[in-house]
Amino acid sequence: MHPAPSVILFSTLSGAGFGLFVFLGLMPVPPVGWAAFVFFAVAYALSVAGLLSATFHLKNKKNAWKSYREWRTSWLSREAWAAVFALLTMAVYAIALIFFGVHLAPVGWLGAILSLATVFTTAMIYTQLRAVPRWNQTATPLMFLTFSLAGGAMLSGFVTVAAAFLLAAGGVLLWHWWKGDRRFAEAGTTIQSATRLHDRVTLFEKPHTGDNYLTREMVFRVARKHAVKLRVIAFVLAVVFPLILLLLPMSHALAAVAILSHLAGVLTTRWLFFAEAEHVVGLYYGAHLGKQARAA
Amino acid sequence: MNQPIVDLHPKTGDEVRKTTCYMCACRCGIDVHIKHTPDGDKVAYIEGNRDHPVNRGVLCAKGSAGIMQHNAPSRLRSPMKRTGPRGSGEFEPISWDEAYAIAESWLRPIRETDPSKLAFFTGRDQSQSFTSWWAQAFGTPNYAAHGGFCSVNMAAGGIYTMGGAFWEFGQPDWDRTRMFVLFGVAEDHDSNPIKMGIGKVKANGGRIVGVNPVRSGYNAVADDWFGVTPGTDGLLILSLVHCLLKAGKIDLPYLRDFTDAPVLIDARPGETHGLPLKDDDGHPLVWCRKEGRPRCFDAADVDPDLNGAWDQDGVTHRTVMHHMAHKYLDARYAPEAVADRVGIPAARIRAFAAEIARVAFDEAFLLDVEWTDFRGRTRKTMQGRPVSFHAMRGISAHANGFQTCRALHVLQILLGSVEAPGGFRFKPPYPKPATAHPKPHCKVTPGAPLDGPHLGFVHGPDDLCLRDDGSPARIDKAFSWDNPMSAHGMMHMVISNAHAGDPYRIDTLFLYMANMAWNSSMNTSGTMRMLSDTNEDGSYVIPHIIYSDAYSSEMVAYADLILPDTTYLERHDCISMLDRPICEAEAAADGIRWPVVQPDRDVKGFQTAMIELGARLGLPGMVNDDGGQKYADYADYIQRHERRPNVGPLMGFRGNGDATGRGAPNPNQIEEYKKNGGFALAHIPLEAQFFKPWNRAYQDWAVDLALYDKPQPYIFTLWCEPLAKFRLAAEGYGDRQPPDHLRHRIRTHFDPLPIWWDPTADHDGGGAFTINALTQRPMAMYHSWGTQNAWLRQIHGRNPMYLPTEIWTRHGFAEDDWARITSPHGEITVPVAHMPALNGNTIWTWNAIGKRKGAWALHDDAPEANKGFLLNHLIHELMPPKKDGMRWSNSDPITGQAAWFDLKVAIEKVPAPADGRTRPDTGRQASPVGQGPEVVAWKV
Amino acid sequence: MTALPASTQKKLGLVIDLDTCVGCHACVTACKGWNTQNYGAPLSDRNAYGDAEGTFLNRIHAYQSQPDQGLARTTHFPKSCLHCDDAPCVTVCPTGASYKRAEDGIVLVNEDACMGCGLCAWACPYGAREVDEVAGIMKKCTLCVDRIYNENIPEIDRQPACVRTCPAGARHFGDLADPASDISILVAERGGVDLMPEQGTKPVNKYLPPRPRDTIGAAQMSDDEDILAPFLAPVAEEPAGFLGWLDRSLERL
Ligand SMILES: Nc1nc2c(c(=O)[nH]1)N[C@H]1C(S)=C(S)[C@@H](COP(=O)(O)OP(=O)(O)OC[C@H]3O[C@@H](n4cnc5c(=O)[nH]c(N)nc54)[C@H](O)[C@@H]3O)O[C@H]1N2
Ligand SMILES: Nc1nc2c(c(=O)[nH]1)N[C@H]1C(S)=C(S)[C@@H](COP(=O)(O)OP(=O)(O)OC[C@H]3O[C@@H](n4cnc5c(=O)[nH]c(N)nc54)[C@H](O)[C@@H]3O)O[C@H]1N2
Ligand code: SF4
Ligand code: SF4
Ligand code: SF4
Ligand code: SF4
Ligand code: SF4
Ligand SMILES: [Mo]
Repeated sequence: MHPAPSVILFSTLSGAGFGLFVFLGLMPVPPVGWAAFVFFAVAYALSVAGLLSATFHLKNKKNAWKSYREWRTSWLSREAWAAVFALLTMAVYAIALIFFGVHLAPVGWLGAILSLATVFTTAMIYTQLRAVPRWNQTATPLMFLTFSLAGGAMLSGFVTVAAAFLLAAGGVLLWHWWKGDRRFAEAGTTIQSATRLHDRVTLFEKPHTGDNYLTREMVFRVARKHAVKLRVIAFVLAVVFPLILLLLPMSHALAAVAILSHLAGVLTTRWLFFAEAEHVVGLYYGAHLGKQARAA
Repeated sequence: MNQPIVDLHPKTGDEVRKTTCYMCACRCGIDVHIKHTPDGDKVAYIEGNRDHPVNRGVLCAKGSAGIMQHNAPSRLRSPMKRTGPRGSGEFEPISWDEAYAIAESWLRPIRETDPSKLAFFTGRDQSQSFTSWWAQAFGTPNYAAHGGFCSVNMAAGGIYTMGGAFWEFGQPDWDRTRMFVLFGVAEDHDSNPIKMGIGKVKANGGRIVGVNPVRSGYNAVADDWFGVTPGTDGLLILSLVHCLLKAGKIDLPYLRDFTDAPVLIDARPGETHGLPLKDDDGHPLVWCRKEGRPRCFDAADVDPDLNGAWDQDGVTHRTVMHHMAHKYLDARYAPEAVADRVGIPAARIRAFAAEIARVAFDEAFLLDVEWTDFRGRTRKTMQGRPVSFHAMRGISAHANGFQTCRALHVLQILLGSVEAPGGFRFKPPYPKPATAHPKPHCKVTPGAPLDGPHLGFVHGPDDLCLRDDGSPARIDKAFSWDNPMSAHGMMHMVISNAHAGDPYRIDTLFLYMANMAWNSSMNTSGTMRMLSDTNEDGSYVIPHIIYSDAYSSEMVAYADLILPDTTYLERHDCISMLDRPICEAEAAADGIRWPVVQPDRDVKGFQTAMIELGARLGLPGMVNDDGGQKYADYADYIQRHERRPNVGPLMGFRGNGDATGRGAPNPNQIEEYKKNGGFALAHIPLEAQFFKPWNRAYQDWAVDLALYDKPQPYIFTLWCEPLAKFRLAAEGYGDRQPPDHLRHRIRTHFDPLPIWWDPTADHDGGGAFTINALTQRPMAMYHSWGTQNAWLRQIHGRNPMYLPTEIWTRHGFAEDDWARITSPHGEITVPVAHMPALNGNTIWTWNAIGKRKGAWALHDDAPEANKGFLLNHLIHELMPPKKDGMRWSNSDPITGQAAWFDLKVAIEKVPAPADGRTRPDTGRQASPVGQGPEVVAWKV
Repeated sequence: MTALPASTQKKLGLVIDLDTCVGCHACVTACKGWNTQNYGAPLSDRNAYGDAEGTFLNRIHAYQSQPDQGLARTTHFPKSCLHCDDAPCVTVCPTGASYKRAEDGIVLVNEDACMGCGLCAWACPYGAREVDEVAGIMKKCTLCVDRIYNENIPEIDRQPACVRTCPAGARHFGDLADPASDISILVAERGGVDLMPEQGTKPVNKYLPPRPRDTIGAAQMSDDEDILAPFLAPVAEEPAGFLGWLDRSLERL
């Protein structure tokens, strides 16, 4: 799949933002006043910036509000609802903390659940797509959730918890990669099932000379060597490096570096999440055929 | 929740106007849906006319995209005069008056002194009966359309053998055929009918066989594919003939009654050797089995003996059948002997022959239709032979194509499947034997018309177009000893001959609808140089070039004066019985085009412009007695012109509107055509629908319709007499003698029975070039002119060179690789792609995709001008030099058909060019029409 | 509208004959022409006279297949929306723009509601949806819903533009829910198949696979009994023998 910058940015930033909300909502003793303001500002900045950037890839923004209609079936719609509810709930909670120094714990818990739900719905948008086997696996929502929580924990300063979630996220990420590399074959969609032709099937001619929406959007190919290198970089930046930093004596500067490294790493994983995802439609355009021929 | 409300009943348009498509020569009927808008009438949608005989409602990709052709930004806007050097594309717009004045200033002096200094050649012309009439009136012998480089082998091979050809002049009996065999067809002129036919044969459970080096398109849906080596079909066909003869699987009554198989061939040594014996009236003689004596073939009670022999004065004259048996039963035509050469295992050739035999004779059937033949014998039934063939340029565009086409017709005739139910049938005005066609004329008289039609069929050396000194009378050397039977002229030689001043110099080259500076020339870069080459004094070697195009093509840039044509929806045309009509095997049909919308530019229908120009020049037939212009425009000509009394361009609605075929001119004729859907139909009665050359009912019907003036039954000629006559001349008989350097070639190649030779042998550069290279037409593109169509060009915007697995692996090619491809005379550097379903020693690409930068109103990033390419750069109009330094035209020695497909190349893997662009680069031309818009998204 | 109807009264769809499709692209431009002038926004082309990229609802791919033994083949492969029964493109749509009609099963995009997020195109395994970059909305085959019921066009023409134009007769339209319909019978007779059945979309459109190829001479190649051989049993090996046979045969005529 074509790694659209807006979507990558969205899932990374909003993931961290909603993760931060989770911790803010669950803290037994949350900050109040200015301290609270800073924390919530960061959380809102990340999540709202993420949401806004997501609308960039809408081709017809004036109808964006209609995306609230189909929550019964559409994960994208549910995400929209979840995000709004989470942000609103958290607003009540935040206002109470910032301006009144009041800790409305149940509201915080609700906000935390809604924030997690938002991350989950985001993940499910991808997970549900059978046409993209790499995404269509249990590890996808787990990965989104663990990364969100790891980011949130780091941002909220829970070092140990952060370390634990980083470890978890790292594990899930490896699982996602490992499983992801097998998902296309497991899904069973081949050029033969796509065309119902037999023998060694290859593309003779594309339907059109130039690109089209599909080839640009869904038939993105990332070189394998490239991908391996990026996976290492992503893993180090998102998991290993922050973990090491967290184990060192804490300082604000170090924490900032850890968080930035983590976010950069997550961005890279998300880039790979898209770039490595093979949409089955690629088969019709001759993509993945080399791979299938080798496997056969 | 409620579903949204969808408008289920939008109006397609405010009005339907029915006319004829012109995105190719198939000429399908179209329903043009027009919307009335404040800016005038606009074309909203084009679909097929369900009543039309050609397409029955369907359209091809080009036809359906006609709206984008009509609205193309490349449309020329007004007459233009060249301002920059030739090839630069720099022009200034001028008025029609000025344009006519310029043309007149060049043409009038020529006509008065030497009309042959005008070479008027028309390319994809659908008004040849008009343009040839114009050229005849002008008086130049130098007129032809593009047939000579297109498929004259097919046309001439068919007409000389059986009085009709495939091309678009005949078709299988689609409803009854059980086996349909295509040789060398990618798309052809009859594009929709062939596709409809293939669908029909499949739906009926019949078998389709494709003989073609490439398995795409029709050959992809063929049930069986024979990936023949290019140029060897003749050998394959004669091997099938060998098998069928050996097994006696031939239609004896058919051969006896309807062909020259029983005709006796003169066995006396000397000047008549090898000619059919004839009676005093010139009728061929057969041996009558009943009476045991030679008799005229068409005697009412004659019983022709296929194995007859007439002992006369110590020699024995034998039948054509006898000669064929001796020739084709020879072991050199056995499948085992030809298999390697044709690239198909002997067992498959044999099985192919067996399946043909099985279907022709085991699935034979009788139609319960009574008919009477030309000898007056009434038959109760019609013998069906459900095997049909079709062939096109794959066999005709080789230098052995005439003989190969004839071989195929011989095969059909042996099976008795021509004009038989289930077989191949002619469409009116065919059948029409070569002898019923005019002969070529070339007598030039200053200030006067030519002595007769330019093109035609020669029957021996006496009919050649030679000057008194024996040199060619025509600029293209058609009908000369070089290519004696060049029935369609040789357009591919005009520019190089005019440039070389051989056989003489001309003054004005006048072209219409032919992209001669690009895809319709061999040796494209060379042709571009010849068109712009100058003498020492700086003047152009070809002094004047006039060109009529509708679009900003590559050729436009090389002309001095441009006469801009309209698009096909903006003008009158007739698809005439005098020319290439749109008949079906069961009906005669012709049609019109008419301006369904008015042009918004200062352009004129070319024919109308020619009528005006002709009148200015005072050409006979184009002016009244008072010297005034006779026809207001082409529409007026179509309705009022008479070729013979009561016979004009259109057959329908003559007289008072109720006469078909013959009748006085009708001033409402075009209106009547419009009302009738743009065409006229005359059905052939059932008893006249088959065996037409011999069928009295058909002959009478054809006379009624004015196809000819008296019945003209004839027999098929397996033995081609004109070839025998040329061969005799080459042997020294007769007073018109070929030049010595051509004697051997004529002696060996002009065999009256089909033979095969390797046409590519002279192209291999002594073994350096061994791979066959071909082009195919893409179904969704028409030559160069599909490229300006925003929809079609997205389908075929670039063309890789397709390589078979053998070559692909031998050279270690991988996806996205490039290759340098060389021929004895040029090289190209192009992207390659792998195609397994391809003859192992053949490479190919799509035809005419590559474009010159600046042409067709395209932007510079158009893939056609960067990634696309022409194979033509590798094909020369002359063969590589002979030992004596002679360079013969790269053409069939008999008909002059351009041998596009004899090309041999070498291939070598090269790194992809850094700029990702194909070579050669032919530079850029300025666009006199600007460039097309960025975004196209409109509703009418 | 994003919930799929529990069932539809009809299942209108196309049956595409891969045995007959010659790959002419007629259905492509007929579709483009009709749908540019009708249903919703025109199908745009960007850089139309340069390195062009346009919206099409129907595209023809071509594949080659190489068996281990025997000749390679080429197959033209038209593809447009398959109007799936279990259409993932519909359920993912957040705005309700994508829906499947309860009466005939046609899957449509309500352009007034579409926000151009592209998710439905991601969900479709077949590549049957394309965002029109100029209009900013999702485009897909409408099954010519504005032709097949259209009372402003003659009854005989109330079929999809692509079907009406297909010269080879490789496209068929009808109700696949009705086992007695012509196209259901065709599917049954020719063994029509679903594309990517494992994707669980339950496409309504069916594809008729190419028939066996290259059977002439196959017997000789595989040493099976050659049923065609009798048709070439020689009457003579030599011209003289042939001419003798000719005499005898003419006698019998
Ligand atoms: N869409 C479309 N239709 C057209 C045209 C067009 O440009 N586009 N052009 C029109 C014109 S002007 C013409 S002349 C006709 C031509 O119609 P076709 O004759 O169909 O033209 P080509 O594409 O040249 O096809 C040549 C075919 O012969 C095959 N071939 C080449 N050499 C051999 C050989 O030695 N043996 C055999 N058996 N096959 C061989 C090639 O692989 C190819 O399939 O099409 C007309 N129709
Ligand atoms: N390599 C290779 N080359 C080939 C062939 C091949 O098989 N292989 N085939 C050859 C054959 S058979 C042919 S017929 C030629 C075809 O080649 P051309 O005859 O050159 O055909 P087009 O490219 O269609 O060019 C015709 C010109 O007519 C113009 N035109 C289009 N519509 C109109 C109109 O309404 N009025 C006027 N006045 N002009 C119009 C177009 O703009 C174009 O410039 O190509 C030949 N070239
Ligand atoms: S075959 Fe196509 S382009 Fe040619 S006349 Fe028919 S519809 Fe037009
Ligand atoms: S083919 Fe694709 S777009 Fe059409 S209904 Fe099925 S999933 Fe949806
Ligand atoms: S692009 Fe339009 S139709 Fe598709 S999912 Fe988004 S809103 Fe729905
Ligand atoms: S049914 Fe209509 S919209 Fe669908 S592919 Fe055919 S022509 Fe296009
Ligand atoms: S119109 Fe028919 S034959 Fe042509 S590509 Fe479409 S389905 Fe195939
Ligand atoms: Mo041609």
